[in-house]
Amino acid sequence: MKHLLSTANISSDEAIGILDLADEMSLVNQRESRKLPTLRNKTVVNLFFEDSTRTRISFEIAAKRLSADLINFSAIGSSVSKGESLKDTVQTLAASGVDAFVVRHSASGAAYNLAHRGWIDTPVINAGDGTHEHPTQALLDAMTIRERIYGNGNTKGKDLDGVKVAIVGDISHSRVARSNFHLLNTLGAEVHLVAPPTLMPGGFGSNKHFDFDDALKSVKPDVVMMLRVQLERMSASFFPSESEYHRIWGLTAERFQNLSAKTAIMHPGPMNRGLEISSIAADSEQSTILQQVANGINVRMAVLYSLISGEKAVNE
Amino acid sequence: MNSIVLKGAQLSDGREVDIRITADKIEAIGSNLAGDQVIDCSGLIALAGFVDLHTHLREPGYEASETVLTGTQSAALGGFTAVHAMANTDPVADTAGVVEQIRSLGIEAGYVDVFPIGAVTVGLEGKQLAELGAMAQSKAAVKVFSDDGKCVSDPLLMRRALEYVKAFGGVIAQHAQEPRLTEGAQMNAGLVSSELGLAGWPAVAEESIIARDVLLAEHVGSRIHICHLSTKGSVEIVRWAKSRGINVTAEVTPHHLLLTDELARSYDPIYKVNPPLRTEADVLALREALIDGTIDIVATDHAPHPIEAKDCEWNAAAFGMVGLETAASVAQLVLIESGKSDWKRLESVLSSKPAEIAGDANHGELAVGRTANLTLIDPKAQRKIARETASKSVNNPYTDRELPGAVIHTIFNGRFTVLNGALQKQEEIA
Repeated sequence: MKHLLSTANISSDEAIGILDLADEMSLVNQRESRKLPTLRNKTVVNLFFEDSTRTRISFEIAAKRLSADLINFSAIGSSVSKGESLKDTVQTLAASGVDAFVVRHSASGAAYNLAHRGWIDTPVINAGDGTHEHPTQALLDAMTIRERIYGNGNTKGKDLDGVKVAIVGDISHSRVARSNFHLLNTLGAEVHLVAPPTLMPGGFGSNKHFDFDDALKSVKPDVVMMLRVQLERMSASFFPSESEYHRIWGLTAERFQNLSAKTAIMHPGPMNRGLEISSIAADSEQSTILQQVANGINVRMAVLYSLISGEKAVNE
Repeated sequence: MNSIVLKGAQLSDGREVDIRITADKIEAIGSNLAGDQVIDCSGLIALAGFVDLHTHLREPGYEASETVLTGTQSAALGGFTAVHAMANTDPVADTAGVVEQIRSLGIEAGYVDVFPIGAVTVGLEGKQLAELGAMAQSKAAVKVFSDDGKCVSDPLLMRRALEYVKAFGGVIAQHAQEPRLTEGAQMNAGLVSSELGLAGWPAVAEESIIARDVLLAEHVGSRIHICHLSTKGSVEIVRWAKSRGINVTAEVTPHHLLLTDELARSYDPIYKVNPPLRTEADVLALREALIDGTIDIVATDHAPHPIEAKDCEWNAAAFGMVGLETAASVAQLVLIESGKSDWKRLESVLSSKPAEIAGDANHGELAVGRTANLTLIDPKAQRKIARETASKSVNNPYTDRELPGAVIHTIFNGRFTVLNGALQKQEEIA
């Protein structure tokens, strides 16, 4: 019970425990003094081998609100770009005294490697590994869905039983989709995947749809989660053009207006407005996008606290 | 002249015999044979020395991974008396000069016959035929040509290569991998790759090339050899091609007979190999095909890499695993321990048939008058595989696994290279 690498093996109780703790953190974040002394004298390293300003800043704020010392290590312009191996980089940092690594890497399994190859003996938080997982994103999404469904202050101890979630877009290459699929299912939600056939992976259950409109009509989701589309997928022939993608798999203004007014619209950011999501949907009352950002800090405080203070167990 | 008598060994046909070796020849096979040096071989199986049609010896160019000396020492310990060294060295084995150098390094080392495989195309680049005739007519007398590691993907070039080598009885060994279908590929495309988020290497990328190439071979009336078959579909295509009378032979590696893509869940690149480890269904189909003859031979694809090439994240790691010292054990597991085949078949897939495909005249048969290239196996031994072997590299996926059988003696050109399980020193075999 040392690392957070994946949501695939978190139990429902463990997940609810983290979400409840994150709810408490959100109360702290609403106070005038938003800082807790909990992780004073602890050192957290943000180990980012891939650019991600949002996630890095979110972990940075979370660590600082818990009074940890936060070191940002960016691989760009570092020894890594001069050919240093992942192993040498983490061993060097670990030898300087680190209480937790937050790792973002373009290779799937990189965080798993840090935790399990015997290179270091330090808690590892996966902040996104390749096209594999992004567990804190799923936790912040689950927290946001809980708040939307039950209302703030009514969430303690609750799971997501029966909540219908449609995840839409490039499922194949999405670490957000993978982590959400595992976690939301564990919490009792009914997860549907919507994607062009070229971007729909094998496995991941049977709730799969190629037709977005049919999926919206038949499933009537409580939550529609749009994924960011990488433009390089177009040049690799996964789909022919931006406009066709928007027309068939985007949350267009028309699709948005046909949804129930209670349907929550989620996006992990950064958005491609006009591609996977229309501005009218992104900026609507139903959009949870900024709430997700705020909950990102709450969830990451909860995870850092659980792993480093050793008081709450997360998964192996 | 000193003679060696191997007492009471069992041949692949089940007969228990004495074998007398004089100089470099098998002089007599019978009972109650006398000789100068008598070795008790009761309980051991005597087989024609193994022939590996697919070995990466890495020299010249990658001596940090392996040299001809260390690779052939590992081969001898695995019961081999001949290995065919793949062409992806640096410089590439695409000229008479390089293949002659590799051949002479093998002779200098003295542990097995090293037969260089020539590249099909210059620099393995798939653009222009290498001087296949010059390599065939060199002192290395190359018969097998392959761009292994890369596929000869251009259909016209493949057609020409298949036709051209008929002039000197050569054969093209194809690494079947459609390059566009496997860009960035990291592991078998399937449920496990989906879950792990590792880019998939689909079975169709192998099968489509095999289908194309058996038809090309038929069209030009050439024979063709397919390297490291890894999928159930490939087996079906080869089976169909053979039933149609196409002159195709196929190999399977020990690791594709034993290991599956489930191992990638560890994200440990010790299990990263090309073609990738496939599913249980593929493994079972490959085993059946080896038993029923659809697949002709076992070849190791022994691919040593230095520690740093594997002690990293999966995407950054090199493809390949060592396998010379475990190949016979895996073959025994599949053919003998399963109860589905016999030692005759094991001798065929590891010795007679690869020797026939490559035209290795001094290998592949344990009979009176033949060169004394043979190996003796203790079939009852159970080994826990150690990470370290005689290879310079330790990218050993069998580490800590239990495998049946052990090579006790290997005799190359009438001399022990391995005696009582121990590698003999170079000066003792010279």
